[in-house]
Amino acid sequence: MGIWIGLGIVAVLFVVVLMWFMGMYNMLIRRRVDCDNGWSQIDVQLKRRHDLIPNLVETVKGYASHEKETLQGVIAARSQAVSVHDDSSKGVADQARAEGELTQALGRLFAVAEAYPDLKANQGFGQLQEELSSTENKISFSRQHYNDTVGRYETTRQVFPTNIIAGFFNFKPREYFELDSEAERAVPKVSFS
Amino acid sequence: MTDPAPSHLDELRKTLADDIRAYPGTLTYIDLIRKNKRQSMLLIGLMFILTAAVGALIAIAITIWVGVDTQRGQEVLVGAAAAGIVAGLLTALIMTLWSWSSGAGAILRMSGARQITPQDDPELFNVVDEMRIAAGLPMPSVYLVKDSAMNAFATGRDPEHAAVVITTGLREKLTRDELQGVIAHEMAHVRHLDIRFSMLMATMVGLIVFACDALLRVAWYSGGTGRSRRSSNSNASGAIVLLVLALVLAVIAPFLARVIQMAYSRQREYLADAGAVELTRNPQSLASALSKLAGDHEPLVDRANRGTAHLYIINPLRKMRSSGQSLNSMLSSHPPVKERIARLLALTR
Repeated sequence: MGIWIGLGIVAVLFVVVLMWFMGMYNMLIRRRVDCDNGWSQIDVQLKRRHDLIPNLVETVKGYASHEKETLQGVIAARSQAVSVHDDSSKGVADQARAEGELTQALGRLFAVAEAYPDLKANQGFGQLQEELSSTENKISFSRQHYNDTVGRYETTRQVFPTNIIAGFFNFKPREYFELDSEAERAVPKVSFS
Repeated sequence: MTDPAPSHLDELRKTLADDIRAYPGTLTYIDLIRKNKRQSMLLIGLMFILTAAVGALIAIAITIWVGVDTQRGQEVLVGAAAAGIVAGLLTALIMTLWSWSSGAGAILRMSGARQITPQDDPELFNVVDEMRIAAGLPMPSVYLVKDSAMNAFATGRDPEHAAVVITTGLREKLTRDELQGVIAHEMAHVRHLDIRFSMLMATMVGLIVFACDALLRVAWYSGGTGRSRRSSNSNASGAIVLLVLALVLAVIAPFLARVIQMAYSRQREYLADAGAVELTRNPQSLASALSKLAGDHEPLVDRANRGTAHLYIINPLRKMRSSGQSLNSMLSSHPPVKERIARLLALTR
C-alpha cells in the first residue's frame, strides 16, 4: 500500500514539474518568435526606404544637379546600407550603424532642398518627402517595438528559473537595435508642415 | 516630428499640478488584455442571465394573459417559465454569435462610416501604419465619417478584424502629430482588446432596451385588457405584481446599463491614453489633440446613440454649451477631459 502511495506522489510531482517545464519552454519560444516578428517589421521598412531613395535622387537631380556632394553622400550611404543588409554575416548593430548614416545623409539632402523653391513645389517631391518621412517614422516605431520584444525576451531568458531552461536549450541572446551615437539620435528632423 | 509644446499646455500644467501629482501608473497592456478577456466573458454571462430572466417573465406574463386553469395553474406557470428561460438563453446565444460575427459591421453602418483606401488619404494611412507598427499589430481597415464634429473610435472583435474610424472634422482640424496621438489612442483600444468588450457592451445595451420594451408591452396587456374569465384572483394579483416588476425593470435597466457603461468607459479611456503614450512616446501630441476635441461642442447627431457612445474617444452626445470657447471654462464643465489631459501631462514632468 505504502509503496503505491509513494509512487503516486512521485508520479504527480513528475507531471507537475513537466507541465511547469513545458510552460517555461513555450514562453521562451513565444518571446523569441515575437522578436523575429519585430525584426521582420523593421526589415520591411528598411527595404522600403532603400527602394524610395533612387527616385528621390532622380527628382532632386533635375532641380539641384550641382549639389553633387550631398547626392553622392546619399547614394553611397544607401549602397552601404543595402550591402550590409544583404550580407548575412553582419549583425543588428552593423545594420543600425549603416541605417543611421543613411538617415543623416537624407537629413542633409532635405536641408539642402529647402533652398530650391521649384523642387519644393514639385508634386512628386512632396509625395516622396511624405513617404520617406513616414518610412523614417515607421523605422523608428518598429525599432521601438522590436526593442520592447527583445527586452521581454532577454528578461525571460535571464531571470530564474527560466534561465536554466534557456541555458539548457541554448536560447541565444538577442541584440537591441540601437542608434550609435548621441549625434545620430539628435538628427535634425525635417519639418514638412 | 515633435512640435514644441503649445503654450496653452503650460498653462494647463500649472492649473492641474495637483491632479498630475496624483497619477500612478503600474499596469502593462498585457494585464489589460487579460482583464478585458475576463470581463468580456463576464459580460456574456450577464447577458445570458438577463435574457433568461426576461424570457421567464415574458412567458409568465403571456400565460397569465391567456389565462390558466386554477387547478393546474402552478404547473403551467413553471412550464412556461422554463420555456421562457430556454427562449431567453437561445436569444442571448444568437445575439452573442451575431455580435461576434457582424457586430463591428453593424456599428460601422450605424456610424455612417465609409471605408477608404491608401490613395484617398496617404498621410492618414501612413499615420495609422506607423501606430500599428509601434503596437506590433496587423493593419486595421480605415473609415471616414463625413461629419464636421471631431471624434474617433475603433471597433472589431480582435486586432485581426479591427477598424479605425475618424470624422472628417477631426481629420481636417488636427496637425499630423495630434492625429498620431488620436490614432495611437485608438490602436491602444485595439491592442488592449477594449474593442471586443465595447462591441459586446453595445450589443448588450441594445438587448436590454429591446427586452425591457418587450416585457413592458406584454405585462401591460396581461395586466390590462385581455384577461380571461377563467383566471383566478391569485393570478390577477400575480399579474399586477408582474406589471409593477416590469415597470420598475423597464425604468431602471437602461439607467443601470448606462451606469455600468460609464464606469467601464472612463477607466478604459484613461488606460488607452496611457497606451497611446506607450506607442508615440509623446504625451503632448494627444494632450493637445484632446484639448482641441474638448473645445469642439458639436454633437454627432444621428450617428452615435446611447448604445455606441462609449466607443468614441470623446462623448459624442454632449450638448451645446453657451460658455464654449475659453479653454478654462470648457475644462470646468468637462472634468473627464481635464483629468485626462492632466494625466497625460503628468508623464512629461
